Amino acid sequence: MAFDTQTEKQFKYIGTRPKRQDGVDKVTGHALYGADTYKAGMLHGAIVRSPHAHARIIKIDTSKAEALDGVKAVVTRADFATGLTGENWNILENIMADKTALYDGHAIAAIAATSNLIARDAVKLVEVEYEILPHVTDIKEAISEGAPIIRESSIEANVPPDHHKNITRRFECGKGDVDVGFAEADLIVERDFTTEAAHQGYIEPHACLAHMTADGKGELWCTTQGHYNVQRICAALLGMETSQLRVTASEIGGGFGAKTTVFIDPVALALSRKANRPVKMVMTRSEVLRATGPASSSWSTVKVGMKKDGTITAAQATYRLQGGAFPSAPSESPAQVTFAPYDIEHAEMVGLSVMTNRPKQAAFRAPGAPMGVFASEQVLDEMAQELGIDPIELRLKNAAKEGTRGVHGPTFKRIGLIETLEAAKAHPHYSIPLKENQGRGVACGFWFNFGGSTSVSMALSEDGSVALSIGTPDIGGSRASMALMAAEVLGIPYEDIRVTVADTASLGYNDNTHGSRVTYAVGLATIEACRSAVKEMCKRAALKWGIDEEAVSWEDGYAKPSGPNAGDFEPLPLKAIASEMTKTGGPINGHFEASPNTAGPGFATHLVDVEVDPETGKTTVLRYTVVMDAGKAIHPDYVEGQMQGGAVQGIGWALNEEYVYGKDGRLQNTVFLDYRVPVASDLPMIDCVIIEVPNPGHPFGVRGVGETSIVPPLGAVANAVSNATGVRQTDLPMSPPRVLKGILEKQKANG
Amino acid sequence: MSNQAVSTTVNGDPVQFVCDPRETLLDVLRDRIGLTGSKEGCGTGDCGACSVTVDGRLVCSCLVLGVEAEGKKIETVEGIAEGPNLHVLQEKIIEHAALQCGICTPGILVAAKNLLEKNTNPTETEIRYWLAGNLCRCTGYDKIVRAVQAAAEDLRKAG
Repeated sequence: MAFDTQTEKQFKYIGTRPKRQDGVDKVTGHALYGADTYKAGMLHGAIVRSPHAHARIIKIDTSKAEALDGVKAVVTRADFATGLTGENWNILENIMADKTALYDGHAIAAIAATSNLIARDAVKLVEVEYEILPHVTDIKEAISEGAPIIRESSIEANVPPDHHKNITRRFECGKGDVDVGFAEADLIVERDFTTEAAHQGYIEPHACLAHMTADGKGELWCTTQGHYNVQRICAALLGMETSQLRVTASEIGGGFGAKTTVFIDPVALALSRKANRPVKMVMTRSEVLRATGPASSSWSTVKVGMKKDGTITAAQATYRLQGGAFPSAPSESPAQVTFAPYDIEHAEMVGLSVMTNRPKQAAFRAPGAPMGVFASEQVLDEMAQELGIDPIELRLKNAAKEGTRGVHGPTFKRIGLIETLEAAKAHPHYSIPLKENQGRGVACGFWFNFGGSTSVSMALSEDGSVALSIGTPDIGGSRASMALMAAEVLGIPYEDIRVTVADTASLGYNDNTHGSRVTYAVGLATIEACRSAVKEMCKRAALKWGIDEEAVSWEDGYAKPSGPNAGDFEPLPLKAIASEMTKTGGPINGHFEASPNTAGPGFATHLVDVEVDPETGKTTVLRYTVVMDAGKAIHPDYVEGQMQGGAVQGIGWALNEEYVYGKDGRLQNTVFLDYRVPVASDLPMIDCVIIEVPNPGHPFGVRGVGETSIVPPLGAVANAVSNATGVRQTDLPMSPPRVLKGILEKQKANG
Repeated sequence: MSNQAVSTTVNGDPVQFVCDPRETLLDVLRDRIGLTGSKEGCGTGDCGACSVTVDGRLVCSCLVLGVEAEGKKIETVEGIAEGPNLHVLQEKIIEHAALQCGICTPGILVAAKNLLEKNTNPTETEIRYWLAGNLCRCTGYDKIVRAVQAAAEDLRKAG
């Protein structure tokens, strides 16, 4: 769907900042999230979890639990489908162990009882006999000699036999010949970096209400980023037909990628099927941290060659990503993403997926990219300093632009990286003088963005108002953006359009709310659905006037005679056409289904200033500026929200957040007190600069903005802390003890 | 332990309920009284999504037992608006797009209202420290702080 240049200068609604339509529900406490619904006769589900990181399950004795008053059903792996393959098998294995517990917190059995307290009491009565196996939770140890092999059968065919048996996937990309590139270099820097797993940290734990009835039909209410995906996976895991399960997405209390898969939904359905009653399940925070997927931890090796003038001659990198006891760590992503902002002739990138005894990693906002950029942007920073080049100038010198072939393969169409760099350079932030113990960091980031399968339907009411049905849960205000785009096409007020997230039985298939795709792809489908209704409205006007429908144009909510008939008839407003529609040919609806693949890549440049206390190693973020290309900001407030939220999640990942495993393989920080996400008093205001370089593949020029915002901050904050302390920060998180250790070692070395 | 009968006041309404002594005030508000506006994000008093006031004091309702509500006055997010009229904080949260997913919003509103009842002219730092017990994972807090500042300004003007 090509960029529609005619609309560029005539926007009436796009770019305005109206109130979101679900605002009142959300400030009054009436919005219904995953845990907020109830059904008559409802039971409560709870899960028995492994206390061991790796153990063979010898026996599960549920008899005492079943004997407890109020317990109505117990399920184990035997209650799910058999013969699954591929990702369905991996998901089932993750949500309910079969023969082996693979990580601390792995589900072993589940119970449904008449109250939550009884269900949790019953969990304690389940006796599981384990044979404890050797475990490994650290990425470097996992690929060292002697590490226990998690599951050799998961190794993909292209992994060379000399690789460690915990490496399940090898991805390569690049161009040119790095040997030639390094030979041309005046300066070569090679460094190793590690990052810890960070959890998405959505405030709403996973929750659902499942009801299977005796006729084999099912209803599921759940918090999810994609209810069609939930429907498909649950049906497969339960061994039922997809369409027999109707899934309704609740309001969603954050997801950031991790609610694109399932954890408890199939379990609640299995319990309901067995008990023949509705079953509600809500995870505790500890369960969320122990048994849902954080982002991968990583170990990266990056080598860059550069000429004295700052031209990058070669880049070579290996990114190893740990994805838990499953083969899905997104190691191809850093390989493709980290050097994509730069025009490099010779590049060689490798991504390796590593298995450990940790929970199955889940997508987290630009999965795999932030940890890779943490490495690559720091090497560039170090080289800029070595060569005495301003870090923004260095990036401008090498910046990719339209026509550049990225290290990942594709040639970029129109992109906005240079515009973000120029805006960052010109921003007042960049010239504020720094004091002692303060440092400034710059980093760039790229994310592909995604289109994906999309269905949208709009229905005109006789009073001229419009109902728009979309199939992507609204995680950050997307209903407002859809209403704005519909208002723009139809020429009616934003307030006349009500947007609903339809259930799986009410609208055709939609991919998840993920990949920064909703405003782009669902927006595109909304525009086209509304345009098809406009075409029909023009036809009705033509009929009324007795002229050709091609001789009717649509302007600002009115059908107008055009061409030779211009001025012959009084323009017909949408309301008039709507009021007569049942008499002029029947209901007027619009719909659009497609899998658009013209998402525009996203680029951003982040600036951050920090101060590091040399006595404690504590880092304070003084100021932060996000510059990002949004293509076209439909509702700028919510674009800024994505920019600010992504930056702050990155700050948390850089400074505080980490998974801490004990020698026993158990997760030690399973509450928010110990898994510390940023709080309001940690932060300054986050400045935003929205750049608009239109995506040539969207009618209004939209690019996704949800993910690019978390790509640069790990690298940007690390550059700032490195510059404040004079110590290169190679490991995350940059917690006070770690930073202090570096400062003290430097002082010692300097005498 | 046997269930206990409790009489309390929630958002000005007299309420009676019976609960297990192990149930938290949050459990009772949600599951016994049907007020699901208060959310459980952690159950350990770290996230503030369950913030309510008990006799005017700001608490995490996940750290208070249901039976402790006996004879107390409880205020929740559902009691902030007066009929169809939103409180200025609610208006400003919407106007400033100070929510994305909205799950933390009830707790933010209860906590911020409690602040503005004590201090209608808080500094940015005072707002940030007052709300430090209310986690928001979506917004980075910028727009939330601005919304509270704007609400405070309106309250001062209204005087």
